Amino acid sequence: MKTPTDRSTRRRFLAGVAGFTAASAAGARAGGAENLPPNVPAWTRQLGDGVGLRAYGNPSKYEKEVIRRTVPWLTATPESSVSFTPLHALDGIITPNGLCFERHHGGVAEIDPDDYRLMLHGLVEKPLIFTLDDLKRLPRVNKIYFLECAANSGMEWRGAQLNGCQYTHGMVHCVQYTGVSLKVLLAQAGVKANAKWIMAEGGDAAAMNRSIPIEKALDDCMVAYRMNGEMLRPEQGYPARLVVPGWEGNVWVKWLRRLKVGDQPWFTREETAKYTDLLENGRARQFTFVMDAKSVITSPSPQAPLKQKGFNVISGLAWSGRGRVKHVDISLDGGRNWRTARIDGPVFDKACVRFYSELDWNGEPLLLQSRAMDETGYVQPGKDALRKIRGVNSIYHNNGIQTWAVKPNGEVENVEVG
Amino acid sequence: MWRLGKLAFVTAFLFASAGHVLGQAKSESPRNYGIGKIATPEQIAGWDIDVRPDGQGAPPGHGSVKEGEKVYMDKCAACHGEFGESAGRWPQLAQGKGTLASNDPVKTVGSYFPYLSSVFDYIRRAMPFGDAQSLTNDELYAVVAYVLNLNDIVDDKFVLSQETWGKVKMPNQGGFFDDDRETTEKAFWNSNPCIQNCRDPVTITGRARAVDVTPDEATKKRGAE
Repeated sequence: MKTPTDRSTRRRFLAGVAGFTAASAAGARAGGAENLPPNVPAWTRQLGDGVGLRAYGNPSKYEKEVIRRTVPWLTATPESSVSFTPLHALDGIITPNGLCFERHHGGVAEIDPDDYRLMLHGLVEKPLIFTLDDLKRLPRVNKIYFLECAANSGMEWRGAQLNGCQYTHGMVHCVQYTGVSLKVLLAQAGVKANAKWIMAEGGDAAAMNRSIPIEKALDDCMVAYRMNGEMLRPEQGYPARLVVPGWEGNVWVKWLRRLKVGDQPWFTREETAKYTDLLENGRARQFTFVMDAKSVITSPSPQAPLKQKGFNVISGLAWSGRGRVKHVDISLDGGRNWRTARIDGPVFDKACVRFYSELDWNGEPLLLQSRAMDETGYVQPGKDALRKIRGVNSIYHNNGIQTWAVKPNGEVENVEVG
Repeated sequence: MWRLGKLAFVTAFLFASAGHVLGQAKSESPRNYGIGKIATPEQIAGWDIDVRPDGQGAPPGHGSVKEGEKVYMDKCAACHGEFGESAGRWPQLAQGKGTLASNDPVKTVGSYFPYLSSVFDYIRRAMPFGDAQSLTNDELYAVVAYVLNLNDIVDDKFVLSQETWGKVKMPNQGGFFDDDRETTEKAFWNSNPCIQNCRDPVTITGRARAVDVTPDEATKKRGAE
């Protein structure tokens, strides 16, 4: 189902051109000049809303287009589907809670926190049930991690498909989690010596379950109940979810209701029929947990065209499931030559970093790319290098280098280069 | 990756030992805070629904292909199709054999799922879509038997139960292998990536606009300007 028509494509093209031209001609805004100097705008002459009207504040009404968006033709039903983070409209490393992409398999469970229970059993000395208050009484940790769906960029394996980094890369977010270390939680029950794997299960209508090696569970996993200071959003697993740093989003089980310790993996549907990487020879990699280093230029990008010639900022996001991002390069010529981008802001283990590169642009066509390197020495590969090893049927784990073509009018398009 | 996992574990252990020598309490096992109530066998039984490949966790009960056909037609066929061929974009359950190495792989219970438990556990917890965990154990066994039969994995007379669990052989059980990226993709670790003249001048070989599948609403903002 190819929804957009030729007409809409043309309108989009014209809109891009119009935006560029209008912005170039100083002051020629659609809104008129009554709010611009020397005039004094209404918001300076009149009182605004008092306190309390916005008991839970929302972004400015002028930011109403900065929202999660869906690709309706992707899935059979919205309850088992995905919405995408508007990366092109964000900056810094933290994703606002209401903009974190959603991926549900049975809709959003609405769990009464008083009725929330987490069961921990299997190969443990004593099986336990925790309430939410129990979890909050255990020692707390605060950690900033990225979460990327294994299928992020999955539509791009066969070539450039979706024209916007919200769609090509928007199944990633990065927030600060507050919760209890899984190691501490497991110690309350006492893990038996023959424990090798742990199964996490959701309390939603999909009861999502995944197997995780005990080494990872005892390393840096958490059971989180807060994101960016407030309680988890329902879409992110309220009131508690598993945090599995650096690993594919599917194992970060939301609405977490059960942890079972075992001595072998469960080979659940989600780690066999789904979330396995089918290679060209018809065999599939399983338990490909780690998200490899990846980056994308978020602006300019198709939804965020260049509006003015002259000095411009290139802004992008990079992350690695293997550790800290160490370095990011950008290219203006489709990967022929590279320059070092400037990482600005904090650099945390398995978290997003923000990078910038400044550009004097005179309307010449550009083929923008970014390339992330992490502290293990892993360098984000080109798409063709990935395809050479994996073919085009993997669906998951596409961390290939993205190319944006910038046209003389400032429009940007998702393209493939060769 | 299992080897690496073990290595990480050993490393963590060594580090913990060193910490202990330095008197850092941080390296000790977390203490027991006496938080959390004992989960009773009755509580566990209500939620303990996972089933492993070896059949551990499979409930008592049984169901035949014939009984499963009725359950399937009533509760599954509307989305998955009468023969598992799928209606619309819902998952296809049958056929697809021999397609995994093709340009259009069709992943079904017969062509892709490695274990009986992968199907059984999933249907038990999540199906029918919108009415999860509503099937009786006998209905569950029956409908799984029917889906296996749709894939020619069991014959028309087959009855699935704990006793016959081990007789089911899934065609693609050998089709999977553990993550090997750290060896097969070793070339992606490179401390000196190319900076200058890394390739010949490039040309555009594909465009998202030519494919034209991006939702139109994404660009409404600029359309309104």
